[in-house]
Formats: sequence, structure tokens, C-alpha cells
Amino acid sequence: MATGAAVGAAGGVAGGAALASALGTSLPDGASAGLGGSAASAGGAAGGTAGGAGAGGVPGSASLVGSGGLGAAVAATPAAGRQPGVDTPPGAHAVYRAFALRAGTDATRLRGWLALLGDDIERLMSGRPVLGDVEPELGEAPASLTITLALGREAVRRAGVSAPAWLAPLPSYKIDALEERWGEADVLLQLTCDDPLTLAHADRVLQRESAPFATLAWVQEGFRYARGARADGTTMRNLFGQVDGTSNPAPGSEEFDAIVYRSGDGPFGAGSTSLVLRRIAMDLDTWDEVDRSAREDAVGRTLKDGGPITGGAEADEVDLAAEQGGWPVVADFAHVRRARPAAAGEKIYRRGFNYNNPGASGSERAGLLFVSFQADPVKQFHPIQARLAELDMLNEWTTPVGSCVFWVPPASSRSAADGGFPGDVLFA
Amino acid sequence: MRKNLKTTLIALSAAAALSLTGCGAQGASGTADPTPSTTASQQQEGVSIADAWVKASTKKDGMSALFGVVTNHSGTERTIVKATSDVAGMVQLHTTVATAGGGTEMKEKEGGFPLAAGASVTLEPGGDHVMLMDLKQDLEAGQTVNVTLTLDDGTEVAVSAPVKAFAGAQESYAPTGDSSTGESTHAGH
Repeated sequence: MATGAAVGAAGGVAGGAALASALGTSLPDGASAGLGGSAASAGGAAGGTAGGAGAGGVPGSASLVGSGGLGAAVAATPAAGRQPGVDTPPGAHAVYRAFALRAGTDATRLRGWLALLGDDIERLMSGRPVLGDVEPELGEAPASLTITLALGREAVRRAGVSAPAWLAPLPSYKIDALEERWGEADVLLQLTCDDPLTLAHADRVLQRESAPFATLAWVQEGFRYARGARADGTTMRNLFGQVDGTSNPAPGSEEFDAIVYRSGDGPFGAGSTSLVLRRIAMDLDTWDEVDRSAREDAVGRTLKDGGPITGGAEADEVDLAAEQGGWPVVADFAHVRRARPAAAGEKIYRRGFNYNNPGASGSERAGLLFVSFQADPVKQFHPIQARLAELDMLNEWTTPVGSCVFWVPPASSRSAADGGFPGDVLFA
Repeated sequence: MRKNLKTTLIALSAAAALSLTGCGAQGASGTADPTPSTTASQQQEGVSIADAWVKASTKKDGMSALFGVVTNHSGTERTIVKATSDVAGMVQLHTTVATAGGGTEMKEKEGGFPLAAGASVTLEPGGDHVMLMDLKQDLEAGQTVNVTLTLDDGTEVAVSAPVKAFAGAQESYAPTGDSSTGESTHAGH
């Protein structure tokens, strides 16, 4: 709290308190610290972008953005050598925009495109206009925008580099009903942001920039809690009402780094990771038929707070050995039992988003953009998914309809101003 | 004195970014730099350009333009009197003026672009810009184009600008002395 008060006293901390009282709740210490943290970021942004704008007070002006707290916040800085959007807190809204490279996009053009994107990304994330932006006002509140570049096998090949074996489609699982329209792609941009308008602008800028080099493969949009609706860091809920993502390694921990990031030299080494995106349709209609106790048994966690059905809070370990009347409390088919690592290293970091299309039906109605990061998708993600495909009660109501794997290059060692861009390691 | 400036070097200057937004539709009238660059590495001597970019075009279309924020860091008024580029057979300093019909058109700016001491001038679509004509090659997005700006004291400022796809900047062009015909429309360049 002390830090927040010192740095962001003007807007953010007061805003945090107002937020808490508006919610009719007193946020726990952790929550206050989280909100205070965002205020500190807001203060930093105000110094960088709004400071020179003067006391204009014009609607939409940078000075008003500066007083907004959440809007003026710039995303947390990732650890050195890493792109944002992996170990940084996820924004409330996400856009995944995937491209297919045009036939003429050779190594030189690919490099030119990525350099343009690199410059755009740096500017957009700090709330500065991109070159030639004719609607810069839409981007002046960064609202913790993060933009992450990821590349598929073909993009690596076009750059003249041989891709690692794991950068390939996952094996097919018997639960899959994959639709090609959500399939593998050459280039992926992951954008997350706490403001949907800022996000729309950033996405449009990048779409415009990309048109000469690639065509659209698909766009997938998702969301979590609105920023401020719950304490920062609250585990998200999916549209089944489940707390989703509990047993995740904590960003910043040694465990997280070992699970998520690759090591060694070369482009596919330190600072890089892999992104798995699977579109999981969730059947809300048949889920409606299931009562709460059966829903909890399907997962092995309570709906109330995500704690194990064997007792305890969300963060507590599930007691898989617990029995009642000679039967395991956590059933053989329960998601937590099946997802548990069978061997060391079978761990991933989940960072997904919900999708919801109220007017749609079938697989498009609602679901989860399952997103995971791991050093090696074949060694870490595949065994878990294979086990769940064999048996997991949740399969009853969920269907994977899309699947793709990307390489997330390390951050450039240079700023965009010095010619650096994510993926420049391919052209070294 | 030939300065080989990396245009993007000072792209991080908050002042430059603000003048890009701040000038808006008023075009490039000289505006005093409100916040002199504070970072030592961003200090520039003489005249520099930040946030430079060139609109993608084709040899067939023949026309493009350079945009950016030009700053005169010196204590002396300077004028950009000429520009040249190895990709264009002809380069002119253009301004955009309203036409009687309610539209806008581009024409050569007589006397060049004045740069007051310590001031920044924004070259932008719909305003003043460096017009690249008689293109010798396609200008593809992602490429880099070199332009040299010449000041009234003979100093040359080397600009290295990325090429970007841009749908705007489609004002019609009226060569000096021929602004009444309206025949020199280059929409789509």
C-alpha cells in the first residue's frame, strides 16, 4: 500500500478505494495492493505521455486519461528478454488474430513486416500513436495493453530457419472435432487489454499494417473479469461457473520459469516459449441439466471458491486419496485427478479467456479459448491432453473445435527505435 | 555538414509524439517544442526528423510522400529548401490547400518549409509533406526509403524511413501554375 500511496496518490489509490466501496465490499489487503500497483503504473504513464499535454481538460485528452487510473496504466514489464503477454497479468479482453502468409512474403518481406509490427507494438503499448495513425485518440489510454507476436512453422521456414520438431500440429485426440477455420496459422498476434476500445484500435492498426504481407486466417476473441470487478489476480471463472486455472505456477517463481520458458542459445532458446491455443466449445444447454453437486464431482473442486471437494481453500492441494464409504471422494473421472501430472515436467501455464456469442448456437455459442504456455508442448501439454481425452467427465459437455501451436520468440535485445522487433533472432 | 540520422532514434521522444497528435488538422505551421528533449541521448544538434515514414506505392502509380516530425534544435531559423531521393525522379516540398470546390489539393510550397528556431513542423497526410514523384521503383511496405533534405545553409539531413501501407493521402495534385485545370488528379497514389 505504501508504494501505491507514494506514487499514485493522485488517482489510482483513491480510485481503488472508491471501487471497493462501490462493490460494497472491503477488498482484502492483497486486492488493495493490486489496485495500488496499477495506480503506480498509471502515475508512470502520466509522466510519460500525459505530462506534456498541459491542463487541457478536453474530453478524451491525455490529461483526462491520466486521471483515469486503469486506463492510463501501461502493462507490467515482463522479465528481461521476454515478450509481454505471458508472465504479465492477463487483460480483461483478448484478441487472437492469426494470419496466413502471402505467397510473396519471403524472408526479406517477413522481416520488414515484423519490424513494422515491432514499432507499432511498442507505441501502442505505451499509448503513443503509431506512424501514420489517423485516429491516435483511440489508443491514448493503453489500459495495460499487451501485444505478443507468435510464429508458426511456416513463418520460421520462410525466414530460412529450420523449425524445431515440437512446432507442429498436436496429435489428434479422440475428443476432438476440429474445424479447419480455427486451425494452424503462420503468424499470431495475441492482444490483451483492460479496455475494449483501445483493444479494437490496436487490433485494427495491426490488421492494417499486416495486409500487404498476410491474409486473415482467423480471429478469436475472449474475455475475463472486467478489471476492477474483482480483486486483481483473482482466478478467472469460465462460463460453466468453474474457477478455471487454479493449479497454475505463479509468474515470477522459479517453477514458472522452468515450466514456461525454454533455455539455451539460439532463437528457440532462452526467453522463448510455446503457445497452445485450443478453442473448446462448452455446451451450456446440457450443462444446465447437471445439478451443482454433480458439477463439482465432475471437476473435483467446489463451485463456490474452487477449493478441493475434499476440503480447503482454492490454493490447497486436492486429497486424491480421500475416501468416503470405501469410494474415492474425488472420482476416477474427475478433471483434477485426470489432469494431474503423471510424470515430472507434465505441467503447463494456463492463460485462457472465455468466449460468448449470445446470438449463436452450437459450438459457437460459448466456450473457452484454452491458452497455455510451456517450454515444450509435446513433452508438457500433450501427455495431459492425452490423459484427459481418455477420461475426463468434463468431456461430456466440452468439445475442442480448434487447435494450433505457435512459437513465442524472445523479446528483442534492442528497442524498436534501434531496429529491434520480436522474432529478430531469426534474422541474426 | 552531413548528418546521417537514424530517423527512429528520436522516435521515443514524447515531445515529438505529442506534436504529431497535437497539430491535428492544422497542418504544419511551426509550433514551438513544448517540452525540450530531456534525455541526453535524444539531444540533437541542428535539424532532425522523427517518426518518418513513406507511403507504399508503385512505380506505375509513380507517386508517394514522406511524412514525419522535423525539429530545428538550433537557435537559428532554417528552411528546408530541397529534397532528393534515389527512388524518385523528382521530389518536391508540398503543401495542401483548400480548393474552391470544397476539396483539397496539393501544390508545391513556394520557398520551402520554414523551421523557426527550436520549433517542430509536422509533415502529415492532408498537410505539408515531401512529395516523391516519378518513382523509379515500387515502394513496398516494409522497405526503407532514403530521402535527403537540404536546408537553406546547405546542410543536408539524411532520412531513412520505413514504407507503410496507407490508404489516405489521396488529395489531388495541382502542379504550380496549373491549379485551375483540375486535371492532375492522382487519387490512388
